[in-house]
Amino acid sequence: MSSETTIDEKSSETVETKPEIAKKEITPVVEPKFEKSLAEKVVSKFGTIVTIGFIKPNRIRINAKKENILDVATFIRDELNFDHAESVTGVDYPKSKEIEVVYHLGSYTEPQLAKQVLTLATRVPREDIPNPGHDSTRMPSLRDVFYSVEFHERECFEMLGVYFDGHPDNRRLLLPEDWADIPPFRKDFGIKGR
Amino acid sequence: MQKELISSHATNVFLGKLGDVLIKAIDKPLGYALNWGRLWSLWPVHIETACCSVEFGAASGPRYDVERFGIIEAFGSLRQCDLVVVQGTITRKMAPRLRMVYDQMPDPKYVIAMGACAITGGLYFDSYNVLPGIDGVIPVDVYVPGCPPRPETLIQGCMLLQEKIKRMKVR
Amino acid sequence: MITPLPPGIQLEKVDDRIMTLNVGPQHPGSGHMRLIIKVDGDYIVSCDPDPGYVHRGEEKMAEYRNYIQNIPHLERPVIHDSCNILYPYCLAVEDLLGLEVPERAKYIRVIASELNRCVYTLYWLAIYGIFLGHSTMFMWPVGDREFCIDLLEAMSGARVTHAYFVPGGVRNDLPANFEERCLRQIDYFEKRLKQYEDIFYQNPVLKQRTEGTGVLSRMDAIRLGTTGSVLRSAGVDFDVRKKEPYDVYDNLDFQTQVLKEGDSYARSRVPYLDMLESCRIIKDALKKMPKSGSVRTKLKPNPKGGNDEVYRRVESGRGSLGMYVVSDGKPEPYRVKISVGSFRNLICMPYLLKGEKLGNMPAVYWSLNYWPVEADR
Repeated sequence: MSSETTIDEKSSETVETKPEIAKKEITPVVEPKFEKSLAEKVVSKFGTIVTIGFIKPNRIRINAKKENILDVATFIRDELNFDHAESVTGVDYPKSKEIEVVYHLGSYTEPQLAKQVLTLATRVPREDIPNPGHDSTRMPSLRDVFYSVEFHERECFEMLGVYFDGHPDNRRLLLPEDWADIPPFRKDFGIKGR
Repeated sequence: MQKELISSHATNVFLGKLGDVLIKAIDKPLGYALNWGRLWSLWPVHIETACCSVEFGAASGPRYDVERFGIIEAFGSLRQCDLVVVQGTITRKMAPRLRMVYDQMPDPKYVIAMGACAITGGLYFDSYNVLPGIDGVIPVDVYVPGCPPRPETLIQGCMLLQEKIKRMKVR
Repeated sequence: MITPLPPGIQLEKVDDRIMTLNVGPQHPGSGHMRLIIKVDGDYIVSCDPDPGYVHRGEEKMAEYRNYIQNIPHLERPVIHDSCNILYPYCLAVEDLLGLEVPERAKYIRVIASELNRCVYTLYWLAIYGIFLGHSTMFMWPVGDREFCIDLLEAMSGARVTHAYFVPGGVRNDLPANFEERCLRQIDYFEKRLKQYEDIFYQNPVLKQRTEGTGVLSRMDAIRLGTTGSVLRSAGVDFDVRKKEPYDVYDNLDFQTQVLKEGDSYARSRVPYLDMLESCRIIKDALKKMPKSGSVRTKLKPNPKGGNDEVYRRVESGRGSLGMYVVSDGKPEPYRVKISVGSFRNLICMPYLLKGEKLGNMPAVYWSLNYWPVEADR
């Protein structure tokens, strides 16, 4: 179980302090000035509500509280012109009793942003005995902001049990109809022989 | 004695026996003929279950041309089919459907398990959603190993199946 | 006398005019998925895609294998595009481990990836042909595909599951005389592609059937977050190879193919035009490739990444393909997410099929460049 302690350290680190930026020197081709300006726009609007996870070339990570995620996402869509979601990932952190939902956002309309991928992450509480759809593992759906997250959020719901409030169609997508186990991408779901 | 034979009960017995006699007499040539017919018209069901369908498609392409061996490209109704080529992984969601397809097909029907996943689960032996082989779902006639099997292997599997059909007892 | 239903079960109220059709998973007009289609006469009222028949839990399995062991099974979702699906994984792991890729390996990767794009697109085109009842278009691409497969087989040793890309380069060097052989094949291939244009794309029956069906407007393509040929056929100029060049794509000579119509015909034509560009890329890369040198950076056994996360994407046969790798300092990744083009294009299906004729369903369905195994992962 030492693994989870390390990931715990990592998660607390990303929330409070910046992680090491050793990567920046390795690829000095694109100076992340533009990325920084984008991130500063978000920070100047929301202040302490959001934290910046990292700024790498072409990649920005913004952590937000789940209560504010709709505002932050709307701001990112309207002011920064990110117009679609590439993927929605759930990452399970059992030690800190949280599940991180990560949105990778991209832009087709703004040529400047074509190479940027903005990572919008939020954390939702996690319960040891999950009851998908009926427990506290829930967050507002971004489907009204980014229409393209519809199927991704459905997948995240069945794979990690994160219920998206306001999603019109929180049905099962990939798993069999008779799936009665806990959501499979949680860390306490073990697979055969491992 | 003749009277007894003519009675309806005796006629039935006689006719029943006649069937046995006939079967004994023409079983071999008729069986050969039936099997010969089945041999060269193996129609696979169009059920793709995973990525091995790519190699199945290549096998019906011009280079490998599986139609030479009497196995027709899979496009048609399953009511007219007599071969299931299980093209790869069977997940827990697909397994009931595979069984349903198999049950709907008319007899005689044959099954080729294509690819490592269909045989034992293959690469996905420890996955939570993959069956460890399809033997528990439907009976298998020929196993074609490989991940994915080359089209040549599939063709060889089909020829093995034809060998098997040749020696099968007609029911 | 109607027996009361057990609690919790409700009957769906059915309109007399509406009929529900299950297209798939065993249906000549569908792949490894099910479409629950409601039709009113001949017109589709609603469509509800039901994927997941090949959901094998790749992402979960990746958490139990180390970075090198993950290579063979991560390519299985698209075995006929296996180089392209391993590409973002290798790029992400290289970022995590801080590996440098030798120059020659970068070019070899580009060549392999473009050849694989042709292999994928030809297979897709073959199925599209047979879906529309054009048998010649099944036979020709499947036959020509074998020549590209031969080249890749010479490179990697396997027919479709190459496992050729590894973090830090490629597994082995090119075989002897590869360049002449490759150039000869590509010349032949370009000649063949021109014949495809005549027999398939200028075919009046095909044009009648696919032009104007399943029209996706530019704004909707952006809003739905589509990618790849679906996006480019709707007039959005977005190709990851151009916009976020990885490896050596920035000094190769090619163009992004964009069409404006957004219908099934345009969607089926963009991958074809991409194949022509792929030929150009391969020729250019063969010219510019360093003639000798190392092709692989040696890795330590059981390499470990730091506490980091990487999201890399490439342009695959079906569009942008991203890999999100989270590491926690152990030899195994903490989480791997494959963001695939097929899954992103799936959202178009209910949208495009609504109001379409049932007979046009295969034309729209397969023109979305959708590979169900990849979408299910």
